[in-house]
Amino acid sequence: MLLEIENLDVHYGRIQALHGISLSVGEGEIVALIGANGAGKSTTMRAISGLRRPSTGRITFGGEDITKMRPDRRVVAGICQAPEGRGIFSGMTVQENLFMGAYTRKRGAQLNADLDHVYMLFPRLKERRRQPGGTLSGGEQQMLAIGRALMSRPKLLLLDEPSMGLAPMLIAQIFQIILEIRDQGTTILLVEQNAQQALSRADRAYVMETGSITREGTGADLLVDPAVRDAYLGVA
Amino acid sequence: MTTLKERYYAVADGVRKAEAGRQKWAQGLRGRWQSIPKPVRLLAGLAGVVLLFALPNIAIPGIPFRTDEIPNGIGFSFVLSTIAIYVLVAVGLNVVVGMAGLLDLGYIGFYAVGAYTVAIFGSPDSIVATKYPWLICVPIAIALTMVSGVILGTPTLRLRGDYLAIVTLGFGEIIRLVAVNLRVTNGQRGIPSVPAPDEAHVDWNVFGWFRIKFDFDLDIFTPMDARPYYWLALVLIIVVILAVRSMERSRVGRSWLAIREDEDAASIMGVESFKFKLWAFAIGAAIGGLSGALFATRNVFVNSGNFNLLLSVMFVAAIVLGGQGNILGVVLGTVIVFYLPERFRFLSTKRELVFGLALIVIMVLRPQGLWPSRRRARELQDRKLEAKEAAAGA
Repeated sequence: MLLEIENLDVHYGRIQALHGISLSVGEGEIVALIGANGAGKSTTMRAISGLRRPSTGRITFGGEDITKMRPDRRVVAGICQAPEGRGIFSGMTVQENLFMGAYTRKRGAQLNADLDHVYMLFPRLKERRRQPGGTLSGGEQQMLAIGRALMSRPKLLLLDEPSMGLAPMLIAQIFQIILEIRDQGTTILLVEQNAQQALSRADRAYVMETGSITREGTGADLLVDPAVRDAYLGVA
Repeated sequence: MTTLKERYYAVADGVRKAEAGRQKWAQGLRGRWQSIPKPVRLLAGLAGVVLLFALPNIAIPGIPFRTDEIPNGIGFSFVLSTIAIYVLVAVGLNVVVGMAGLLDLGYIGFYAVGAYTVAIFGSPDSIVATKYPWLICVPIAIALTMVSGVILGTPTLRLRGDYLAIVTLGFGEIIRLVAVNLRVTNGQRGIPSVPAPDEAHVDWNVFGWFRIKFDFDLDIFTPMDARPYYWLALVLIIVVILAVRSMERSRVGRSWLAIREDEDAASIMGVESFKFKLWAFAIGAAIGGLSGALFATRNVFVNSGNFNLLLSVMFVAAIVLGGQGNILGVVLGTVIVFYLPERFRFLSTKRELVFGLALIVIMVLRPQGLWPSRRRARELQDRKLEAKEAAAGA
C-alpha cells in the first residue's frame, strides 16, 4: 500500500473531528472518500497533507511513518494536495501559481515539459497564463489547483472536492482528466460530495459519517449498496 | 428636492467615476514609464536621488514646503532626517507586514533595541562604558535586534493574524517597560552622549600583543546640523531598498508572497512557512535595529520616552496608507504620515485632527493604499469577493 492510515484521531480543540479512521490507498488506485458536509473528509485530507496534527494514530506513506512529518517534507516525499475551493494564490498569475506547485523542484527542461503537460491537460490555463489567479472562474480555479498540484510530480495526488461548484459538463470533464492523470501513473485520493461521479470512477471508496468510516468497498459495489444509494445518491 | 441619501449616492457615483478615470490614467502612466528606454529611466531615477540629497538646501519661493518657513515650524533638515529614519523603519516593517503578511504591532521594540544598543555600547556615560566607536556599535545593534527578532518569532510565529498582532503589541510594550526599569538603560533619564559616526576614541591592548589607538572627531556630524544625518540615512535607505528588492525577487520573496496569500496552500506546495516567517521577522528586525541606531545617533540621546506605542501604530498606518508590499508606496506613505503633521504645525493643536481626517478620507477612497503593489490590490479584491460569497452562502 502506498498510503496507510491506522486509527487516526483528530481534534479541533476539544471537539473530536475524526474517530479512529483507518484507510489505505494502493499504488495506481483511485480511491474516493465520500460523505456529507462535516463528515470529516477534508479533515482527513488535512491530516494526510500535514496541515493538521492527529492526536493519535499513524500515517505511513511508501512504508515510511510520516505522522509527525512537516507538510513541506511531505511534498518532497511525494504527497501533494489540490485544496478545495479558492486554495490558489489569487495575486499570482496562472503561470506563477503553477511554478509554485514546482516549488520543491529544480527549474529545468523537465519542469518546462511538465508545464506543457499541464497546459495540454487544461488548455484554458494556457490561454490565461498571464492572468492573476483571482480573476479565473470557479472551474478554472479548480483546474489551476489540480494543475499546480501536478507540477510537484506527486506520487499521491489529494483532490479535495474537485467538482465543487462546477457545471455538470465541467464535472464530467474534470473526472475525465482525473482518469488520465491516474493512467499516467499518479495515485489519487479524492474527496467528493458528488457520490455518483466519484463512485463510478473510483476503484475503491470509503463512506464517512460524523468522523468515522462506516462503509468501504469497490466503487461499483458501493454504487449499488442500498444504504449508500439511499443516503448519497438521491434514489430511494 | 433631493434627499440626503440621493445626494450621497450622487457623490459616491462621482467618486467611483473619478477612481475609474484615475485607474486608466495610472495604467497609461505605467505603460508610458515602461516604454521609456532603460538608460533614460535610470538617469531620471538618478536625478531624483540627486534632488533628494539636495533637498535640505532647496527653497522655492511661493511654495512653502519647508517646515521652517511656517509659523511654529521646526528645522527642515531636522524634519527630513527624522522622516528618512522613519522611512527606513517602514521599509523594514514592510518586509514583515507587506511582504510576508505578518501583522506586527510591536515593531517599535526592535527599533528601541537598536537605539539602546548603540547608546549602551558607545556612550561614555552608559554603565557598560565600553565606548566602542559607532562603526562597531551598529553591527552589534543589527545582530542583537536580529537575535531578538528570532527570540520573539520562535514562539509567536505559530500564531496567526490577530493573535500575532496582540502578542507583538505586548512585545513592544515589554521592551519599553524594561527600558524604563533597567539600570543599564537608565530609565527616563536615558543615556546621553551617543557616539557620532565620525568619531572614535579607542585605546585597546589586544591580548597585550598590539595596541589599537584611535582618537579623532571629524565634527561632520554635530547636533547643530542635521543634514549629514539625513544624507547618511538616505544612503542607508537606498542600500536597504536595493537589498530588499533583490530579496523580493528571489525564492525567499516568492515564499513570502505565497505565505501571505494563503499559508496553508503555501505549505502544501512545500514552502517551509515557519522558517520563512522567521526570516521575515529577523530581516525586518535587523532593519528596524539599524534605523533605531541611526535615530539614537542623530538625537545623541536615548530614553524610554522615545518608544511609545503610538509611534508603532503610526508606522503601520504609514504602510497601510502608502500601499502594503510596494516599497515605493510605503516610502510615500511614511513621508505623508510624518511630514504632514510637521507641515500643519501652524494649526497647533488642531493639526492632529486635520491629520486624522486626512487619513480617514484617504483610506475610505483608497483602501488598498495610495500606491499599492498590484498583487496586493488583487488579493484585497479577491478577499472582498470571498466575503461576499460567504455572506451569500450563509
